[in-house]
Amino acid sequence: MAALETVYAIELRNITKRFGSVVANDGICLGLQRGKVLALLGENGSGKTTLMNMLAGIYLPDEGEILADGEPVTIRSPKDSFKYKIGMIHQHFKLVDVFTAAENIVLGLNDGKHDMKAVNAKVREICERYGFDIDPTKKIYDMSVSQKQTVEIVKVLYRGADILILDEPTAVLTPQETERLFDVLRNMRADGKAIVIITHKLNEVMAISDEVAVLRKGKYIGTVKTAETTAQQLTDMMVGRSVTLNIDRPKYENPLPRMKVEGLTCINGEGIKKLKDVSFVAMGGEILGVAGIAGSGQKELLESIAGLCPIANGSILYTPIDGNETQLVGKTPKQIKNAGVALAFVPEDRLGMGLVGSMGMTGNMMLRSWKKGWGPFVNRKDPENLANKIWHDLEVVTPSVDFPVRRMSGGNVQKVLVGREIASAPSVFMSAYAVRGLDINTSYTIYNLMTEQKMRGAAVIFVGEDLDVLLELCDKILVLCGGEVSGIVDARTATKEEIGLLMTTVGGKEAE
Amino acid sequence: MNEIMTFIVTLIVAAISYSTPLLFGTLGEILTEKSGNLNLGVEGIMYMGGAIGLGGVFYYEKIVGAGNANVIVAFAVAILFALLAGALASLIFSFITITLRANQNVTGLALSIFGTGVGQFVGEYMRIQAGGYVSISNDLKEAFIASPFPNFLQNIPIIGDILFGHSFFFYLAVVLAICLHIFLKKTRTGLYLRSVGESPATADAAGINVTKNKYLATIIGGGISAIGGMVYIVTLAGCTWNHEGLAGFGWLAVALVIFCLWRPLSAIWGSVLFGALMILYTRLQIPFIPTELYKILPYVVTVVVLVISSMRNNKEKQPPASLGLAYFREER
Repeated sequence: MAALETVYAIELRNITKRFGSVVANDGICLGLQRGKVLALLGENGSGKTTLMNMLAGIYLPDEGEILADGEPVTIRSPKDSFKYKIGMIHQHFKLVDVFTAAENIVLGLNDGKHDMKAVNAKVREICERYGFDIDPTKKIYDMSVSQKQTVEIVKVLYRGADILILDEPTAVLTPQETERLFDVLRNMRADGKAIVIITHKLNEVMAISDEVAVLRKGKYIGTVKTAETTAQQLTDMMVGRSVTLNIDRPKYENPLPRMKVEGLTCINGEGIKKLKDVSFVAMGGEILGVAGIAGSGQKELLESIAGLCPIANGSILYTPIDGNETQLVGKTPKQIKNAGVALAFVPEDRLGMGLVGSMGMTGNMMLRSWKKGWGPFVNRKDPENLANKIWHDLEVVTPSVDFPVRRMSGGNVQKVLVGREIASAPSVFMSAYAVRGLDINTSYTIYNLMTEQKMRGAAVIFVGEDLDVLLELCDKILVLCGGEVSGIVDARTATKEEIGLLMTTVGGKEAE
Repeated sequence: MNEIMTFIVTLIVAAISYSTPLLFGTLGEILTEKSGNLNLGVEGIMYMGGAIGLGGVFYYEKIVGAGNANVIVAFAVAILFALLAGALASLIFSFITITLRANQNVTGLALSIFGTGVGQFVGEYMRIQAGGYVSISNDLKEAFIASPFPNFLQNIPIIGDILFGHSFFFYLAVVLAICLHIFLKKTRTGLYLRSVGESPATADAAGINVTKNKYLATIIGGGISAIGGMVYIVTLAGCTWNHEGLAGFGWLAVALVIFCLWRPLSAIWGSVLFGALMILYTRLQIPFIPTELYKILPYVVTVVVLVISSMRNNKEKQPPASLGLAYFREER
């Protein structure tokens, strides 16, 4: 614990914030020091972002006080936040697409003249000082994710921020980009800035931070020095009890080829090839992981199998247990279903593509069975029973099966969706980023459900982003790079570095 | 040859006089939409501006007595009353859509119906009060349509007619378009306003007051649109309440905003083109083609422009990204 006389750059005392009846933050105390990196660690929904949003002036605390350099302050708006030199880099970038980097950087500043030349020059100067690489006159829509993040960081530095808060900055970056970001953060730490990094990735906490503050379910658990702690201790603090880091991976006897994809090529609406000559075999009784940097064609791969994405070339052959092959290319989702292919698809965009947000669980179950029933009337009984079954079996937290799914938390929404897809007894089960935004416990529930499907003999295709999970959960891993298959490896023997390399290179070449 | 020339010149001159109300309506709506508010009530706002602007001049002349009216004061009264009428109507729209976060399309359509009703009521009331028709002295009527340029400029063949022969309001609208362009593109305040329309969450996080920007842009924009209705009444309608003539200008202004891709400078020539398309049926009659077909031309070109600009997929030529959406900071 810090000595009593330490004056924090920012100190939070007993901060409480409620949203209706939900307590997002409950009596949190925290201190940020200059020249230090504080990692704010916690599972999803533990209140990390909410807490930092109160420093950024997005929310106002219900109780408690905030001190800047020992003086009590009130932060009512983002403007107040700038006044105390606090800069927050949000998880979802707050940038205007049609503006240049420099125009985004000066948004909201009151420095008199509107002289873009001077602004551009100052931006270049900041970039040089900390080792960033962006062109101030480039439009945001022409930029990569990591460049956009750089613009966000330069934006707060331009305002002279001394206290930087980064909300899950590495979620969208490749390992190499993450390393570069950490270098920049170290430069800023050496420059005397106080830095907070919100994360739930332990390896990053260990790599960059000086101190770690842990939140669990809105409560403050404690602060420890990174040098004096272990990943195991932090995990215990984060989840409250020891969770097995090992994902159960039983072996299915005698896996058979279930789906053969050959030479699959997809061209999107803008004429860009999203998939180039993709070939692989998905085996019944195996989980095939799909790894790759976001936007490497994962979405198109799953959607083309599901019959949602036009296919330019190639074939997708489905082999059921009795052995009669079916060609899926050129079929609509309905025709695929009528051909007797039991395909389950858990899309990335749960509420957009997977579920109807304003309907309850029962209504969403009916999306799979609306054709059953007599004449124009739908059968409500069976979906309702199914909804009740999922509600109890998967421990979905909801007041009733008619409660709109939109108002459930992300984890519960995913349980509803996965539960529905599993109920159709699929022989091919596909999911994209099934655990994105879910806490550890729910993630494990989803892993177990997928393993269950595999042991039933279904072919499971799992698009994931966390390499550790892919390596522990899957049997094989297919790595996509720029729409091409850069390799298919055995998950039991492959290493993280091996996959990381495949993600950025195809056959030894650098990806564009 | 000479006949064709005369035909073209008269067509352009007439098109410009029809373009002026449109240009005001469009510039106001551009300002509004740049803040992310889609105000479909322009039709109603222009009706209110027309009736109340005319009312202002009518009662001003009545108070000071015919013949004693000062032309400059009359212009100021007309503009001010129209502006206030439009601002008031837009204030209602702003309160409902920004503060209460109601659906903008529904509110805008309601405002259109409400505004045409108010305009009709005020216009008819004045007509009956004045005993048959609203009478404004010929001096003022002429002042409203007179060109502000000296005679020698107006007398230059062709150029004089096309460039210097229009009502003061046309030049005012052009100056306004240039000012709006400079405001949006070259000033910090304009940059902030555009950021509100593109991404209010970004603007908010940057410390820009989203609510204030939306209110101001919508209210001032509504005021500018309303001037368009007044300009129609005092120039083209000859200072009488003519609701049939005014009908449709507001909707054309909404279409023109899309046609000119939210750029005030393009609105200048766009409004002249729309003006020409509006009156083409009176000038160029082709047998067997009903006038209704001519009248849909402005809408047809708008659709064509929309199709082309969507196909080219140019990120710069798109509506403000959050157009039509309400903003609520604590939405999760």
